[in-house]
Amino acid sequence: MNETNTFLLDGEEIPFTPGQSIIQAATEHGIYIPHLCWHPEFKAHGSCKICTVKVNGRFGSSCTMAAQAGMNVENRTSELDDKRRTLLQMYFVEGNHFCPSCEKSGNCSLQATAYELKMVSPHFDMFYPDRAVDASHPDILLDFNRCIMCSLCVTASREVDGKNVFSMGGRGLLGRRIHISSESGKLADTDFALTDRAASICPVGVILPKRKGFAVPIGERKYDKLPINLQVSEETP
Amino acid sequence: MSDNRIIDAVLERHGRDGTRLVQILREIQEQLNWLSPATLTHIAEGIGWPRAQVSGTAAFYSFFHTRPRGRYCVLWSDNITDRMLGNTDLMDAMCKKLWLEPGRVSEDGLVSVNTTSCTGMCDQGPALLVNYRAVTGMTLQRVDEMAELIRTETPVADWPAEWFAVQDNVRRAEILLAGNFAPGSALRAAHERAEVDGLSASNNRSFRESLPHGIAGPMAMLDEIQRSKLRGRGGAGFSTRFKWEACRNAPLRADQERIVVCNADEGEPGTFKDRVLLTSYADLVFEGMTVAAYAVGATRGFLYLRGEYRYLLEPLEAVLARRRAAGLLGKSILDIPGARFDIEIHLGAGAYVCGEESALIESLEGKPGRPRVRPPFPVTNGYLDQPTIVNNVETFASAALVALHGGDWFAAIGTKQSTGTKILSVSGDVARPGIYEYAYGVTVRQVLADCGATDTLAVQISGPSGMCLAEDEFDRKIAFEDVPTAGAFMVFNTRRDMFEVARNFSHFFAHESCGFCTPCRVGTTLVRNIMDKIANKHGSPYDINELFKLHRLMQGASHCGLGNTACNPVFDTLNKFRPAYEHRLLSLDYEPAFDLDAALSEARQMTGRDDAGAHFAAHSPDEAKA
Amino acid sequence: MNAPAPAVKKLRVATTSLAGCFGCHMSFLDIDERIIPLLDLIEFDRSPLTDIKHCGPCDLGIIEGGLCNAENVHVLREFRKNCKFLVAMGACAINGGLPAQRNHLDLRDVLEEVYQTEAGLSHGGIPNDPELPLPLNQVHPIHEVVKIDYFLPGCPPPADAIWKLLTDLLAGRTPSLGHGLMHYD
Ligand SMILES: Cc1cc2nc3c(=O)[nH]c(=O)nc-3n(C[C@H](O)[C@H](O)[C@H](O)COP(=O)(O)O)c2cc1C
Ligand code: SF4
Ligand code: SF4
Ligand code: SF4
Ligand code: FES
Repeated sequence: MNETNTFLLDGEEIPFTPGQSIIQAATEHGIYIPHLCWHPEFKAHGSCKICTVKVNGRFGSSCTMAAQAGMNVENRTSELDDKRRTLLQMYFVEGNHFCPSCEKSGNCSLQATAYELKMVSPHFDMFYPDRAVDASHPDILLDFNRCIMCSLCVTASREVDGKNVFSMGGRGLLGRRIHISSESGKLADTDFALTDRAASICPVGVILPKRKGFAVPIGERKYDKLPINLQVSEETP
Repeated sequence: MSDNRIIDAVLERHGRDGTRLVQILREIQEQLNWLSPATLTHIAEGIGWPRAQVSGTAAFYSFFHTRPRGRYCVLWSDNITDRMLGNTDLMDAMCKKLWLEPGRVSEDGLVSVNTTSCTGMCDQGPALLVNYRAVTGMTLQRVDEMAELIRTETPVADWPAEWFAVQDNVRRAEILLAGNFAPGSALRAAHERAEVDGLSASNNRSFRESLPHGIAGPMAMLDEIQRSKLRGRGGAGFSTRFKWEACRNAPLRADQERIVVCNADEGEPGTFKDRVLLTSYADLVFEGMTVAAYAVGATRGFLYLRGEYRYLLEPLEAVLARRRAAGLLGKSILDIPGARFDIEIHLGAGAYVCGEESALIESLEGKPGRPRVRPPFPVTNGYLDQPTIVNNVETFASAALVALHGGDWFAAIGTKQSTGTKILSVSGDVARPGIYEYAYGVTVRQVLADCGATDTLAVQISGPSGMCLAEDEFDRKIAFEDVPTAGAFMVFNTRRDMFEVARNFSHFFAHESCGFCTPCRVGTTLVRNIMDKIANKHGSPYDINELFKLHRLMQGASHCGLGNTACNPVFDTLNKFRPAYEHRLLSLDYEPAFDLDAALSEARQMTGRDDAGAHFAAHSPDEAKA
Repeated sequence: MNAPAPAVKKLRVATTSLAGCFGCHMSFLDIDERIIPLLDLIEFDRSPLTDIKHCGPCDLGIIEGGLCNAENVHVLREFRKNCKFLVAMGACAINGGLPAQRNHLDLRDVLEEVYQTEAGLSHGGIPNDPELPLPLNQVHPIHEVVKIDYFLPGCPPPADAIWKLLTDLLAGRTPSLGHGLMHYD
């Protein structure tokens, strides 16, 4: 018999408080469910689908599905990890990710998740899209080649900073992108500041502080030390 | 008028209300031709929204132009049925005449020619939109004449009226298309039924819950809908009564109201029955919406009309005005004190995903049409977080007849699980394309016989997201329990190539994916690319496996129905028409997607070389030895 | 590792560097003294480490670098034809790497910039000597042109990762890199 407020996650009984999502309950108990667009401080976005689990045999996003007593959730099965790896490969072909020249390398959620899921190649043909770099701001560099459309910067700027500097707009593979709140489309023409929450929220190497690059030596970076599945309670700063 | 004066006038008309942004953008673009950066800034300031949100919304919809567009903007409908009627050659001819490349605006800013998703004229194609006005029945001669009118900059309003004629092509009528509906009769019947049956028939609900529409009428109406066993006609087949009841029972917070939305986005390629209902049976539809409002206690209604049907806006506004004048809309409907409900028309702007009900609501709120995370569902948290029902045009039309004739009458038509009738939009290889109304339960074979289809190879039912049936399945029935459909019925004869059909659909989905979730945003493009690879004779069995793999991923992991069904046509045709793929496969080995020899083209051109070393021998791995 | 009996057939390995920087090969040599026991188990066919010019039948082909010109494609196909298994070694082979940064530019502009605008490099314009391989319109990772069996990420992959892959393959295990060995930079 299940306790009232528990569910099974890969066979392990996980307690939860009503209203929690599956990933919230799992995270609270130190269990890693791979994810990219979810951040514990914000309402779930539900776009990356890396957190896909199987609930009573059906696929669902663990960041948007409420935990319910008695549900049987599969997480790290080879079927699900295979799907997650394919989703990661999609990210790596739709953007331009050249880790050796990326300042986020070693501290990047996308990269660390790909290591965890043993992604050794992008598998598909590369799209090599033309995406913008915006160096207009004195303190911040934006390199959209690496954007994973998680919208965390949008939410952080709106909800924490009260600024609405970013918005996710456009449609489809080529159209969807971050829009910046200025007529020029340049970050310098907004009131964005290095101290904004949105300046430090990006899980990948898009929103980067200038003049800080490669400060931490290889071997000392966040995911050099421990793989992402062992850093469950910590989150991208 | 200066641009800003034009913009301000539109903003003023909409009360500077940002939730009306999609309408604001459309109306301004209709006057200014495109939405310049300065225009977007002015709009953002006017409605007090972040500029990025305004530009992000404008960029979402295909019909909005954030770069200068041609003064004449020609968009050829590119459904497979238009293809079968020769639209590709016609478009090429038009481009040649106008010295244009597809998709590019001419240097003088005069004209651009491109393709767009199905415009809902499959029974009278090839079709196109010129400055977002629908044109049907294109021929080579019309292409010539049109090119001339464009070159001479003749206003579209002065073009031959018959080009813009849209036929109903009603070929078979049962109850909905019978055309003998008297406006107001269904509402009156619904109201009178309550007076006859009194409170007892309606689950003894407190009369307060039925306000503001009178006393027991709403509950009696719900009872009739329950008896009718009406299910949604928009594709999912959800029980109308459950939806309405959930909305009715959803708690209202202060200054909230219940909302009725009619989904006339009709974006599924091959579907055009809602167009006909709204052209010639609009009273039935609006009456159905009003009946729904009465039943759920709603006071505000929207018709979300796809941008491709822009030409229907004024006639529909006229119908609404007439109904207001007749006391069938507005305040004190049928002279019932407090019974108020009105309908407003919102136009879409070229986004198939806006047919998905939560994306539709986002669009109604002035945002990109991005499907919401559900739950919560619209019935509790819909338009501006208020309880909202979204139903298909045909569902409302059917509901009006349920109100008029009663649920038992309706339930006697069709099959046990699928009551009433279904309107099919028949196109493709048939002698008589058009719309056909049948009681549920009709076989595919019967429909084929009625529309004069011969040598039929396959029928694509319910559009690309539906299913593809082969000959041995033609005895299956159109019904929720067998072959459910939103209405499209595209017929392909034995001379057609089902691979090309599926490839056309793969392009459609790649174009229409909203881009929110990764499996669909990237997956639809990967599928399209693989289909093109196979079409270009670079495919191998490896690619077939990739298609199956993507199907499995997208079907389970996508955020909404678009991504979940996007691989259906590929999957169905791979299973049922495998040879159409196989005869294109190059080898049993892995092959690159691109033409290696063509990959040297630029270098050849620049160096002027054409020796053997400047080429790859076609598909021979041996040349390395040379 | 157990010393193999002398009769055991050695694994024949070919390696090459296409559009790469030889960094991966340098990393390979960083396996240092382990190369000695390794040479009991494998023998090299065509490789920068030997001077064999064409690849003969091999068990394993290890490829560094992506495809930037016609010559790269010829060599890759020769490897695919002759090797039972192919390994893509390093970022450039796997996703194009640094050379692929030119994919955002028009090849024409690149060539004009290098051979015409830029002073002092060449006076005769863009070279058209048939001996020279023509550049491809875009740089491609190698899996886009032939089937690749194993991937070894890293820029370059650490010597330990190369060692792990080879020993896994020799032992008949599916290669697998754990934390620390798997990295993209
Ligand atoms: C991508 C997508 C497109 C859709 N397009 C339409 C449409 O054009 N018209 C429609 O009535 N329903 C459409 N639907 C279904 C709606 O989401 C919704 O189920 C329907 O409007 C409910 O009405 P009904 O219950 O009357 O069928 C679409 C669904 C998806 C996922
Ligand atoms: S964002 Fe992450 S995955 Fe992308 S290049 Fe940078 S480190 Fe690599
Ligand atoms: S910029 Fe960063 S935070 Fe913003 S959407 Fe892209 S990946 Fe997410
Ligand atoms: S499935 Fe496609 S259309 Fe639906 S939310 Fe995801 S990206 Fe958008
Ligand atoms: S973490 Fe759940 S969808 Fe991204």
